[in-house]
Amino acid sequence: MASVNTVAQSDSGQRNFIARLWYDKEARGVILQVLTVSILFAFIAYITSNVIANLALVGKTFSFDFLAEPAHYDINQSLIEYSSKSTHLRAGLVGMLNTLAVAVVGIIVATVLGFVLGVLRLSPNWLISKMVYCYVEFVRNTPVLLQILLVHGIVVHSLPSPRGAQDGGNLAETIFFTNRGVFAPQPLPQDGFGFVIGAFVLAIVGCFIFKRWAKKRQDETGKYLPVFLISLGAIIGLPLLVYLLMGAPLDWNHPELKGFNFKGGFVVRPEFLALTLALSIYTAAFIAEIVRAGIEAINKGQWEASLAVGMSRSRTLSEVIIPQAMRVIVPPLTSQYLNLTKNSSLAIAIGYMDIVATIGGITLMQTGKEMETMIIVIGFYLSVSLTISMFMNWYNKRIKLVER
Amino acid sequence: MKRILLGATAALALGATAVSAGTLDDVKARGELNCIVNSGFVGFASVDKNGKYQGYDIDYCKATAAAVLGDASKIKYKPATGKTRFTILNSKEGDVLWRNTTWTFVRDVDVKLAFQGVNYYDGQGFMVPKKLGVKSAKDLDGASVCIQTGTTTELNLADFFRVNKIKYEPVPTEGNEESRRNILAGRCDVYTTDASGLAATRATFKDPENWVILPEIISKEPLGPVTRHGDDQWSDIIRWTKNALLAAEELGITSKNVDELGAKAGNNPEINRLLGTEGDLGGMLGLDKKWAHRAIKAVGNYGEIFERNIGKNTPVGLERGLNALWTNGGLQYTPPFR
Repeated sequence: MASVNTVAQSDSGQRNFIARLWYDKEARGVILQVLTVSILFAFIAYITSNVIANLALVGKTFSFDFLAEPAHYDINQSLIEYSSKSTHLRAGLVGMLNTLAVAVVGIIVATVLGFVLGVLRLSPNWLISKMVYCYVEFVRNTPVLLQILLVHGIVVHSLPSPRGAQDGGNLAETIFFTNRGVFAPQPLPQDGFGFVIGAFVLAIVGCFIFKRWAKKRQDETGKYLPVFLISLGAIIGLPLLVYLLMGAPLDWNHPELKGFNFKGGFVVRPEFLALTLALSIYTAAFIAEIVRAGIEAINKGQWEASLAVGMSRSRTLSEVIIPQAMRVIVPPLTSQYLNLTKNSSLAIAIGYMDIVATIGGITLMQTGKEMETMIIVIGFYLSVSLTISMFMNWYNKRIKLVER
Repeated sequence: MKRILLGATAALALGATAVSAGTLDDVKARGELNCIVNSGFVGFASVDKNGKYQGYDIDYCKATAAAVLGDASKIKYKPATGKTRFTILNSKEGDVLWRNTTWTFVRDVDVKLAFQGVNYYDGQGFMVPKKLGVKSAKDLDGASVCIQTGTTTELNLADFFRVNKIKYEPVPTEGNEESRRNILAGRCDVYTTDASGLAATRATFKDPENWVILPEIISKEPLGPVTRHGDDQWSDIIRWTKNALLAAEELGITSKNVDELGAKAGNNPEINRLLGTEGDLGGMLGLDKKWAHRAIKAVGNYGEIFERNIGKNTPVGLERGLNALWTNGGLQYTPPFR
């Protein structure tokens, strides 16, 4: 009797327990979350096992061994030594470096252009402001792929052929602008050039020290020094002086027209030019809007106060407004940098050999390793994006409002 | 023209693989042939002014539809790029691939495709503007070469220049159209792809007379129809439809005289067997006796298809060359119909 009673009690106790859990708001939340996560993981596990089963069904193995095999294809622009005898891994590296080259140059150009445009957009001059407005609206509202194709078309059609560039279309017969690329002399360092580089590094270090000192001096005495101009002068002037003192220890490999093309020298292909230019122009429009928003977010009183203490308009902008606006600008700016980097994967449209075109394109089609190559490509973009984000977050933390 | 993409996995990666019902039954039940063709390749498969598909490969689609369904117009064309073609075939979106596809070891064995013979013997060549005065591909040291990326063409090119110890700059693009734009803009000196492709591309230029195709052919590109692995009956139908058109030329059967020759059994037993007036070859394929008759009636024999679409009197202007019948010193040869 007693035992039956206990069972009945514990039974109803259990039911009560579950019911109580369900009617408890907090517990219910936990249960639902656990359920959601388990369903999600079950789904992922299902897809993964499906992929593995189907890969096995068509007799494909999962392996990265193909990376060590010769690639057998050529690449027209490479920052490192590469030939068709190199491995797929090296072809992938060439692609990664080409992507990074576009991303780095593109981000720099887009930032400079975007800031200038953003400031001009707020210019009291009606014409300038409206011109920038038109630029921003036109560029922001058309697909970037079309812009890339357009810029490539313009570059390839408007620049002369190599033979044409020999007669006209060159800068003092040293830099040649052709539809095969821009050919410039390549510097070949000779003995003693190390001193020039040393002087350059020294100048940069010196500038940092000088900047600190100048700031301290300004804080103490209120006297202002044009730090930027002096630094710029030192960074250019010191290495130049050493270079001349060492007797110009630099030879130049000049491009020369031989047969079909220029040979020798340093070449920037039109595909790189077009892609970088198009992405910079596109991203600059967004950055311009971000900069405008950032500046407009600053209280008008800041302008008035700054002008009232006798600072010029441009100094007010650069020393008072922009530093405060940066706090608003940096977070959205980060996502523009990420966009530019990811948009560079449109390179294949004009035949620029980035990572998507090399390992994610030709290598994939040759070896049939869809999974492996895509994992490499996605992994690469992920790590680049995360690195950019990390850097920008660090920068954001540095410039954010110090609260006391 | 010959991508090496192995599309099978992409198609299979997420979907479960259904047990294969016969493609023939599928096509008959549907009443329509899903034919995978090139999305734009003058002479082989392109859309004319009236929005209708025309070309060499298209005629083979029509012959297949006529043989299987009795009506050459019951076709749904599935335009495909070099990248997507095998995926479309393997995912059963298309029944057969008639799209200038090179038969290679890897595709046949590793991509699990079934090649059904060769309807066009091609090879990779070079085309240059006449004014460059280039006479041989070996004079191309330092040239910029337009090329479609991800094709066997790209690999042949690298090998050719490496073997001849000359340098070049590859200018890769996604497709034929982009390469065409690049060479016309002068971005490159040379365009390389299959010789048939060069001739077809040249036919679309405003001044085709100012372009020359160099004599060197640097690769073997046997182009032919493709089916999926594991459907032997359907593969037989495709292979023997192709062979029937070739046999028709050998035997002197044309679209004009096929009705007369096929009306009743004549003196030539092979003609009789082919046109179904003797024996039942069609029944062995799972079709009726008049299958080949209808195919020939719809598009003509091999020679007719060739001359109508890509022959000397068309803008593409190709010679028969390797594609002449074996009796005329070419490679086109069909096993006997018996």
